[in-house]
Amino acid sequence: MKKQISIYFILFAILALLGGVLFGIIGAFQFIIPGFFKSIPFIQCRPLHVSLVIAWIFLSAVGGIYYYLSRYCNVTLYSTKLPRIHLWIFILTGFMILGAYLAGKFGGKEYWEFPPVLAIPIIISWILFGFNYFKTVFTKTDPWPVYIWMWGTGIFFFLFTYMESNLWVFPYFRDNLVRDITVQWKANGSLVGSWNMLIYGTAIFLMDRIKNDDTISKSRLAFIMYFLGLINLIFNWAHHIYIVPNALWIRYIAYGISMTELIILGKIIWNWKKNLSKALQDFHILSIRFIVASDVWILLNLVLAIALSIPAINIFTHGTHLTVAHAMGSTIGINTMILIASCLFLIPDIAQKQFSALQGRLISIGFWIINIILLFFWLALIFAGYIKGYLIIQDKLIYQDIMLQIRPYMATVAITGVAIFAGMLMIFTPALKMIKDYLR
Amino acid sequence: MRLNTKRFISAILVTSFFIYSIVIYTTGTSVDKGAKWRTGQSKKGKLLFQQKNCIACHQIYGLGGFMGPDLTNVISAPGKGSFYIKAFLMNGTERMPNFHLTDTEKDEIVAFLTYTDKTGVSPVKHFTLNYDGTVNWKGHDEKAD
Repeated sequence: MKKQISIYFILFAILALLGGVLFGIIGAFQFIIPGFFKSIPFIQCRPLHVSLVIAWIFLSAVGGIYYYLSRYCNVTLYSTKLPRIHLWIFILTGFMILGAYLAGKFGGKEYWEFPPVLAIPIIISWILFGFNYFKTVFTKTDPWPVYIWMWGTGIFFFLFTYMESNLWVFPYFRDNLVRDITVQWKANGSLVGSWNMLIYGTAIFLMDRIKNDDTISKSRLAFIMYFLGLINLIFNWAHHIYIVPNALWIRYIAYGISMTELIILGKIIWNWKKNLSKALQDFHILSIRFIVASDVWILLNLVLAIALSIPAINIFTHGTHLTVAHAMGSTIGINTMILIASCLFLIPDIAQKQFSALQGRLISIGFWIINIILLFFWLALIFAGYIKGYLIIQDKLIYQDIMLQIRPYMATVAITGVAIFAGMLMIFTPALKMIKDYLR
Repeated sequence: MRLNTKRFISAILVTSFFIYSIVIYTTGTSVDKGAKWRTGQSKKGKLLFQQKNCIACHQIYGLGGFMGPDLTNVISAPGKGSFYIKAFLMNGTERMPNFHLTDTEKDEIVAFLTYTDKTGVSPVKHFTLNYDGTVNWKGHDEKAD
């Protein structure tokens, strides 16, 4: 029997996440213990951590979309060959990127530090994905639920913003530092918005499917929130670069658009009690449990994101661990929670098996460990960022002395990072076992 | 929401994205206060900065890793400057590897950081806050050439 291609996406996604977190832990210890794990110095460890975590996000989101589209969306995939080609390109390119990092070969920009030639297969793989996706969904005659729009938007904008993030290869963009940084962060900001479209679309799909109720995903409110998200994807990226001396209006537009997130925040708070009591009824369903956790993290990170988008606050927090707290809170608390929910739905669905009671308990313990420990991890970064921001503005200590002041918080980050990794192992051990049994 | 409404809003937003991108690439980023210091040597230095992945540990305009300090104004900072940079590049530190750069490469890195220094200020330490949450970006004006 031909195995479902999506299971391979998920398998590699889980391995990438575990590898990514491991390099993250090594990097965190290198912060507090100079010379720690010298064979992979920080300049290699950081890109290994970032790229593997990004690989987790894409592999798990894309694997899920291929499966959900063909299995649950009343359409037949335009091509079943293209996902296999997509996977091969992704894996081979991934290994080349890891090889380049381990060999100390860089050349790209932050977050995409590999030699820029490796961007070409990534772009090709997304063109194939987009072609297959749109050819498939355009055969769907009934009204599209919002997640079909979100996935399409995520694919379309990722392709453009990823290409945009490589515009620096042209001297026109590269030579002027202000233009270079502005375009880089325009691309990065929108790119994160693109993968959020893929992930949030997956969350809505899961809620829709598990509850067997498509009223929310086809509601007017869902589409209003989707368009609001799209506006933010396009215009609100400049809060990353308020201090870069580009045109002032870029900052004002970003500030204004960022504040529209208050509408999202208001909606979450308004519906909080109702949604929480509903969600708690289904808390025993593993996937729902992770989505509920992501809702809590959305609230916390949205408050932080809105605060960081106010220039008068951003001037103190920019270039500090508060930004890292936002990035980590979003990547682990929101994105990873939703994608784990997707994995825990998809793997048993493909394998046609359920987790045993013992495995369920292990996943449940892992769930609580990750979420409780993540709170300490997140707060440690916030405190570190606050102290660093204050000391930099005060301008009395040299940089390394400032870093010494935040050392206890960085030690907390490293230690809680180990606990988060342990929690992930508890969740993924049963999942990997089920994949192994299915593939046998 | 009707399909045509969704299509209309989507078309407007996608068009806005492309128009906004072009404006950003041109007028939004046309000012470069350091243009006079942008030389062939500084351009090579910028690529070298990427090839050695300096941004993993250092920041330019507060963007990058936090293992080492922000390098935006290291050239003009009191007690620092080109010799200070070269000393670090020559020997490395407990946290920073020795990249074994040639003298020409060290000069290129210094040229890039000299250009960077002229483009603006980071971190901005002198500013005033407005009631609407914005900031008077005094630091940038100070750095005008």
